[in-house]
Amino acid sequence: MAKILEKQVLRFDLVAVKIEAPEISKKAKPGQFVIVRADEVGERIPLSLARISPEEGTLGLVIQTIGVTSSKLAAMDVGDEISDVAGPMGHATPIENYGKVALLGGGFGAAPMYPIGKALKEAGNTVTSIIGARSVDLLVYEKELGEFSDKVLVSTDDGSKGLKGLVTDALKQEIEENGVDWVMAIGPAIMMKFVSLTTKPYNIKTFVSLNPIMVDGTGMCGACRVSVGGKTMFGCTDGPDFDGHLVDWGLLMARQRTYLEEEKLAMENYLCNCVPSATK
Amino acid sequence: MTEIKIHEYTKEELKAIRKTRTKMPEQDAVARGKNFEEVALGYNIEDALREANRCMFCAKKLCVNGCPVEVPIPEFIKLVKEGDFLGGAKKIKEKNPLPAVCGRVCPQESQCESLCTLAKKNEPVAIGRLERFVADYERMHGGGSNGEVDKPKPTGFKVAVIGSGPAGLVVASDLAKLGHDVTMFEALHKAGGVLVYGIPEFRLPKAIVQSEVDGIKALGVDIKANSVIGKLHTIDELIEAGFDAVFIGSGAGLPMFMNIPGENLNGVYSANEFLTRTNLMKAYLFPEFDTPIKKGAHVAVVGGGNVAMDAARTALRLGAENVYLVYRRSMEELPARQEEVHHAIEEGIDFRLLTNPVEVIGEEGWVRGIKCIKMELGEPDESGRRRPVPIEGSEYTIEVDTVVIAIGTGSNPIIPDSTPGLDLNKWGYIVAGDNGQTSKPGVFAGGDIVTGAATVILAAGAGRKAANAIHEYLMSKVKN
Repeated sequence: MAKILEKQVLRFDLVAVKIEAPEISKKAKPGQFVIVRADEVGERIPLSLARISPEEGTLGLVIQTIGVTSSKLAAMDVGDEISDVAGPMGHATPIENYGKVALLGGGFGAAPMYPIGKALKEAGNTVTSIIGARSVDLLVYEKELGEFSDKVLVSTDDGSKGLKGLVTDALKQEIEENGVDWVMAIGPAIMMKFVSLTTKPYNIKTFVSLNPIMVDGTGMCGACRVSVGGKTMFGCTDGPDFDGHLVDWGLLMARQRTYLEEEKLAMENYLCNCVPSATK
Repeated sequence: MTEIKIHEYTKEELKAIRKTRTKMPEQDAVARGKNFEEVALGYNIEDALREANRCMFCAKKLCVNGCPVEVPIPEFIKLVKEGDFLGGAKKIKEKNPLPAVCGRVCPQESQCESLCTLAKKNEPVAIGRLERFVADYERMHGGGSNGEVDKPKPTGFKVAVIGSGPAGLVVASDLAKLGHDVTMFEALHKAGGVLVYGIPEFRLPKAIVQSEVDGIKALGVDIKANSVIGKLHTIDELIEAGFDAVFIGSGAGLPMFMNIPGENLNGVYSANEFLTRTNLMKAYLFPEFDTPIKKGAHVAVVGGGNVAMDAARTALRLGAENVYLVYRRSMEELPARQEEVHHAIEEGIDFRLLTNPVEVIGEEGWVRGIKCIKMELGEPDESGRRRPVPIEGSEYTIEVDTVVIAIGTGSNPIIPDSTPGLDLNKWGYIVAGDNGQTSKPGVFAGGDIVTGAATVILAAGAGRKAANAIHEYLMSKVKN
C-alpha cells in the first residue's frame, strides 16, 4: 500500500501525485521506474519516476489517463492508497558529464526528465530542455524544468508559444546553432523515434526511455521484448534506456498496440461501470 | 467429524482390489475444457480406504527411495488404512511440508509410484492421490497447513527468505517453527511464487496455496510483497540491516525463446507471460479483472513439459477452438507428468510430435501461422534421449493466431548481478552445496535458482535441507 500525499492536476489528462514510498525512494535513481497496481483487480503497469525524495520518503509520479489503470489512479484522492508499488525497476540513466545535453520530454515524458535533468546538471552538463505541445494550453512542466535547465526551448504546432513546429525542429535548431553532445528523449514512441532520426545524421548519442507493455517488471515474463541493434532485449531488466539509433521502432509501436481492442472494451466498461468489478 | 467405517478386506477382496488403482473422480473432459475449476476432484473416504488397503506394506519400501524428500510412504498409508487421516498427514509432513500441493503436482509415476512393488504385476498404489487426500482432509478438519505448533522460544536470530515459492515456503515454515524471526520477501504483489503465477487453478486451486501462505503467517513469518531483492535491497544490505542468514529461493525467472524469425510478433507469448496473465492477474476473468490476454482461436504451444501442458490446457479454457502442442521429440520423451499428458489428450489438445518450429509467420505485425519441420529420432544425445534430427524438405505451416513458447527458463539476473561474491555456474545459476550453502557466508540458496527449472518437490526438499543447515549455522554462532 502506498498512500497518496499530494495530488495536482497538470492538464486535462495529466495528474501528478506524491506517494509515500520510504524504502523505494531511498534506492531509486533517475531513469528507473516502478510497477503499480491500482487496486485488487488491477493490472500491473510501469510508471516512470518524476520525483525521488529520499529524505521525505516519497516518490512523484505523473500519470497520463489513457486506460483503466491510469484512470483509476487519476481518480484517487489525497489519503487514498494505491494497492501495490514495486521497484525501483530497471537500470538508472547513466549520469556523466557529457558536455552540452539536450533533453526532450514529450507530454508526460517531461516529468521523468526532471530527476534525470537535475542529475545531469549537477554532474556539470549544460542542460537544454526542449518541450512541445500542439498548443500553449497543453504545455506542461516548463517551470519545473526551468528550475535546473540552462534554458528551456518551447515549440508549439500552432505557434502559440515559442517556435512554431515540432520538438525535433527545436532540437535541430539547437544542434545547428549551439551544438549538442548528448540527447535524451522520453515520451510517446513516435516522438522518440523522430528525435532519434533527427540526431542520427549528426551522430549524437541519443538515449530513449522505452515504454513497452510489462507485467512483472523483473524479467520474468518477457512481455516487454524490444529489438535493439537486431537483438531481442527486455525493456524492464535491460532498459528502460536504450540507444535510440538502434531501436526497432516499428516493432515497439506494434507491440504497444497488442491490447488495443481489450483496452477499449475495458475503458468502456470502466466508464459505464457496467461490468461488476470483482472488488465490489 | 465424519464417522469413519473401517472395512476389513478378506484375502480374496484384497487380491481383487490390488489389480487396479482406485479411480480418481474427475470433471468431465468436455465440460472442464470450458472452466478453470479443478480437474481431479479428489478421493472420498471410501476411495482412500480402498486404495490404502492395496498397499502390501512390503519390507523394502522401494517407494521411499523414489521420493526426493523420502516421505515415510508405507507408514502414512498404514495410518490411512486405520482411518487416522490426520495422523497420516502429520506423518507426511515430517518430510514434506506441502502435501496438498505435492499430492497434486508431483510426477509420482516417475518417482515413488514407479518403484511400487505392486507395479510389477498390477497398477501401483496411487500414493499421490492418498497424499492429496490426507492433506485435504486435514485442511478441511481444521488441521491447518502446519498443524498445531507450540509457540517456540525465540532464538533472537533474524532470517531473510527471498522468494515465496515452494522452496521459500518450506524454509520460512521450518525456521519459524524453530523460533527464528523470519521475513519473507516476494517480488510480486502476492505470495506463492510459481504456485500462484505458474500452475493453473484447474491443477492447483489458489485457495490451497493461500492456506499454505496463511499457515506460515500464523507462525509469525512477516511476508513483504512488492519487494524485489537486488533492486529494493541487495543481499549485502539485508545482512548489514541485521539479518543473520539469507535464503535465496527466487526461482528460475527468465523465459527462454527459440531465436527463430517472427518471435516478437504480437500474439507470441512466453509461457511465463501467458500463465502469469491468466493465473496471477486473472485475465480469464477480464474485464472484471483489468489485465487482458489475447484469447486465441488457434493456438500453438511449443514444448513438452508440464508448463507446456498447462499453457495448452489454459489456452483451451480461454476459448480456443484448436490447440496444438508442438514438441520436437516423441511421446516417449515427453517430460511432462503422465497425468497432465493424459488429461491434455482427453481434452482434445492436438499433439504435433516430432515437429519443431522454424519460423513464426506474421501479417501486419500479428501471428498468422507457425512454420514447422518434421523430425526423426537419431542417436542418443548426452541426456541419453535420442536426438531429434530435422527431415529435410518436410516443412509445413500450422495456421494459428497465438503462439506460446514453453521451452524452459533461464536464471534471472537481478540477484546475481547485485550480489558480489556469489558464485554462479556457466548457466548463471547459483552454486550451492547439498545443504544450500553458497560461496557467501550466511547465504543459502535452493530450488530452481540453483538447479534450473525442476519440480515443486525438489524445491521443497532443497528448502528443507537448507532450513536445517541454516538452523545449524545460526546455532553454531551461539556457541562461539
